[in-house]
Parts: sequence; C-alpha cells; structure tokens
Amino acid sequence: MGTIEERFDAIVVGAGPSGNAAAYTMAKNGLKVLQIERGEYPGSKNVQGAILYADALERIIPDFREDAPLERHVVEQRIWMMDDTSHTGMHYRSDDFNEEKPNRYTIIRAQFDRWFSSKVREAGAIVLCETTVTELLKDRNGKVIGVLTDRHGGPVLADVVVLAEGVNGLIGQRAGLREELHPRTVALAVKEMHFLPQEVIEQRFNISGDSGVVIEAMGTITKGMTGTGFLYTNRESISIGIGCVIEDFTRTGQTPYGLLDKFKSHPSVAPLIAGAEVKEYAAHLIPEGGYKAMPSIYGNGWVVTGDAAHLVNAVHREGSNLAMTSGRIAGETITYLKRRREPCDFDHLGEYRKRLEESFVLKDMRKYQKIPDFLHGQRHFLDLYPRLISKAAQTWLRVDGKAKREKEGEIMKTLRKQRGLAGLVADGVRFARAWR
Amino acid sequence: MSTLNARIEEKLYQNRYVVDAGRPHITVKPHDKPSEALKSLVTTCPAGCYSMTEQGKVEIVPDGCMECGTCRVVCAATGDIEWNYPRGGFGVLFKFG
Repeated sequence: MGTIEERFDAIVVGAGPSGNAAAYTMAKNGLKVLQIERGEYPGSKNVQGAILYADALERIIPDFREDAPLERHVVEQRIWMMDDTSHTGMHYRSDDFNEEKPNRYTIIRAQFDRWFSSKVREAGAIVLCETTVTELLKDRNGKVIGVLTDRHGGPVLADVVVLAEGVNGLIGQRAGLREELHPRTVALAVKEMHFLPQEVIEQRFNISGDSGVVIEAMGTITKGMTGTGFLYTNRESISIGIGCVIEDFTRTGQTPYGLLDKFKSHPSVAPLIAGAEVKEYAAHLIPEGGYKAMPSIYGNGWVVTGDAAHLVNAVHREGSNLAMTSGRIAGETITYLKRRREPCDFDHLGEYRKRLEESFVLKDMRKYQKIPDFLHGQRHFLDLYPRLISKAAQTWLRVDGKAKREKEGEIMKTLRKQRGLAGLVADGVRFARAWR
Repeated sequence: MSTLNARIEEKLYQNRYVVDAGRPHITVKPHDKPSEALKSLVTTCPAGCYSMTEQGKVEIVPDGCMECGTCRVVCAATGDIEWNYPRGGFGVLFKFG
C-alpha cells in the first residue's frame, strides 16, 4: 500500500453511528473528509440491540425512511420485572405510534451501518475500510495533526481528528487523551439473533405489517447483578440479549452465555422464541458509567463522539441517538470553524462541548449522573423488588379461600420482613434523589 | 468445564471470522500464578477464549474472540494481557451485529 499524500480537513476514526454522522455532516458541507474503519465493511464490527431513534437520524438525513433498512416501527413497549417463574409487566401500546413518520424502529446494525456509510460516500467523503488506525500523530506543540494506520506506510494528515472509535477507544487512551475504562462503569452485553417466519413473529407478539414490540426485562434473570435483558422484534428475527456490569460478572463468576441461556429458557420468554434458528451470537461493551465517567471530549486538534465519549443514557436505553447527535454536532462545529477560518485547536473546539451542553445529550447525561452509583450501592433494587412484586401479585391473584384482608396483611408482612419499613422508605428517598 | 466449552462452541459456530493465522491480537503475559483478575476471565469472557491449564496458568485461544474488550477492561489495572485490535479486515465479521 502506498502513502496518502493528500491533506484532509478532517479524519474520522470509525464508521459507527457517531462517525457516520460526523463524516456525513462535514462531507455534505463540502469539507474534505477521510473516514477510516477497521472492519471489512462498515457495520461488520458493530453490535447493538438494536433500536433506532428516528429523531436523531432525521436531523441528519431527513428522508432516511425512503431507503434505510428498517425492520419494524415500535408500537408496544413492555417492561418486565421477573422472578424465576413469573413476570410482572407494565405494557404501553398505542396506535399513535402507527404514524406517518414513526418515532422508533428496530434495526439490524450490520445492514443499517452499511446503508449509512453509503450515504457518507454519496456525500463525498472517502471511506477506507479494512484499515486499523494505530496511533495519533501530534506536532511539537502537542496538537493532533493526523493518524498512522496499519495499511499505509506514512502518516495521514488532517486539521482535526474525530475519534468515533467506539467503547474500547484504544487510540485516544493510548495517546493519553482519556483514562482506561473501569470494570464498574462498563456493562458487557451478549445477544443472539433468532430467526422465525414473519407470520409466526406477528402472531406471537400480536402485531401486523411493520409494527413491532420491545421488551426490557429486569429481576432475578441477572442473578443479583446490575443489568437488564431485552427482546426486540425484527421483521423475520428476534434479537434477544442480556447485559450486566463487568465487575459483577468477575465478582460472581457467572458466565455471560449461561445467563443468556437461562433468560431464554425462562417460562415467560421460551415460548416467544421456540423453534427459532439462531444465526449469530454477539458480545459488546456498553459504557454505562454516566456523566461522571465521561472523559474530556475535545482538545488540541481532536474531538471524541459517541461511545468513546461515554455518551449513553442507561436509564432510557439510549445510546445510538446520543452517538449520532454528538457526531452531527462535532461535524457542524468543525464546519463552522472551517468557514470562519479558525484553527481546530483546544480553544476553538470548546465550541463542540458548548453546543453539546445546549442539546439534550449533556442535559440528559447530567440528569441521571447519580444513577450508576445508586445502582451500585443498591444491588437489591433489581433483585429484591421484582421478587417482592411478583410474590405480592401472586398472593393477591390466587383464589384460595383466604380473606382479602388476610392477603393484604400477608403482602405487608413480606415487605416488612424482606426490607423493613425503614428500608422501604430509605430506598424510595434514595431513588427519588438519584432520579431528580 | 467441558460442558461449558461445548455450549459456547455451539454458539460461536454460527459466527463468521477471518482468522489472522499466527498473529493473535490478544496474548496473556507469562506468569507463575495468575492474578484474580486474570483468573476471572475463564468465566467472564463471553466467547470462552480463556481457560486454566493443568499447571494452574491461564491461557487464551482468541480465534472465537468477538473483540468486545471485556478482558482488556478487567485486566487494565493488572496488565496481565496485551490487547490490540486485529489487523484491518481480520477478526470477527458480524452478519447482523
């Protein structure tokens, strides 16, 4: 391979949602953009549940619905609190979600990312695949001026580097731009793709056409660890997975695949995926440390976007929309500086942080900043309460000749015994404080 | 142990990989006695790449690696392993992701 002599306005490392959003925005605005992706094709290294939040993409590609590979639009959300034999559910289904421009879609990332990348190319960016960036180049003053890769002998130079390198973010870490991740602030999720005929999925989930269902589950399925399970309906497949904080896996010795198999065999879940053909098993990390775990997101000649910037709202299961929005805002900021002929140095790239502060991205990150610590200190929240709720529901619903007042007394007694009145009140107060 | 391996191998069998023969992207540094962090990888690695040898050391066969980075994060503080992305184009190739 030869060297790349050209100098670029911007180099984007990675072709996930944030990298594609950044590269697309800059190329569309006439900047000379080089995007580098280590996978054989964009998406081949990327893993997500996956839900696409239309709003974030619509602000980048307004007519994306015309040709993006979308699976189903979500009309029903189920939240399940599970013990070993039951689930207590809160379901929200609305015909309002059957709108002309639906709000949320299930997608298959390897296909979606490939489509997004084709738009980046159409916009005029150069996309270089099968190439791993190995190092950030800095000048004498410490300003980032380009990258080294494993495919090209020489350096590739640019005025600014957008680090959209994902959760592992080796390049930025090795260049000393941010600290290593901590096992407490990152979750490991595993998932499988289960294929079934379209009509079987539609019957099992009471849906038709392009509509779909999302299930988020918590409770004894994570065996006392902090985490959740999920099940998303695609057109002809079901994405099913489960994830927990890494430190909990190492502490308990639970295996991720053992946990997934147990979740799949739960009596509430097994009938939904019965008879399916499994075509893939994937694993991925999710940065869930929240606002407090965020690294510096800009510096002299560089900005960080998406998972590499730890932009995940774990409470609302949002990540790809924060990624796309941060990528778009990074791209817009760089375009703005270029047009004003300002340098992409530390002082000027502060504009990226400022704009991100004004968007929902950092507002939401701030809102939930206390939640990760809260969950870490209150592991029983995801284990004890689902069990108590399940027991209460069963006591209430089972008709067995006992008087109702006696049943109420039994439920209250269980609550007091398991957690104590003071504990219940304290949990409520702590939760409210962390949520606010 | 063998049932664990059978279970994970069945899962990984569905996946596509381009193995960079002779150039493993993860290596375990030589050790006499593995640290707790290193030992935990035997159960925590989602691809079951890590195993305990009869001599009580931890070894890795990264062929089924999904490049999630869990072992990298677990051993970041102890420095027990060397972790790099595979060369461009090699490694796991998700059909669906």
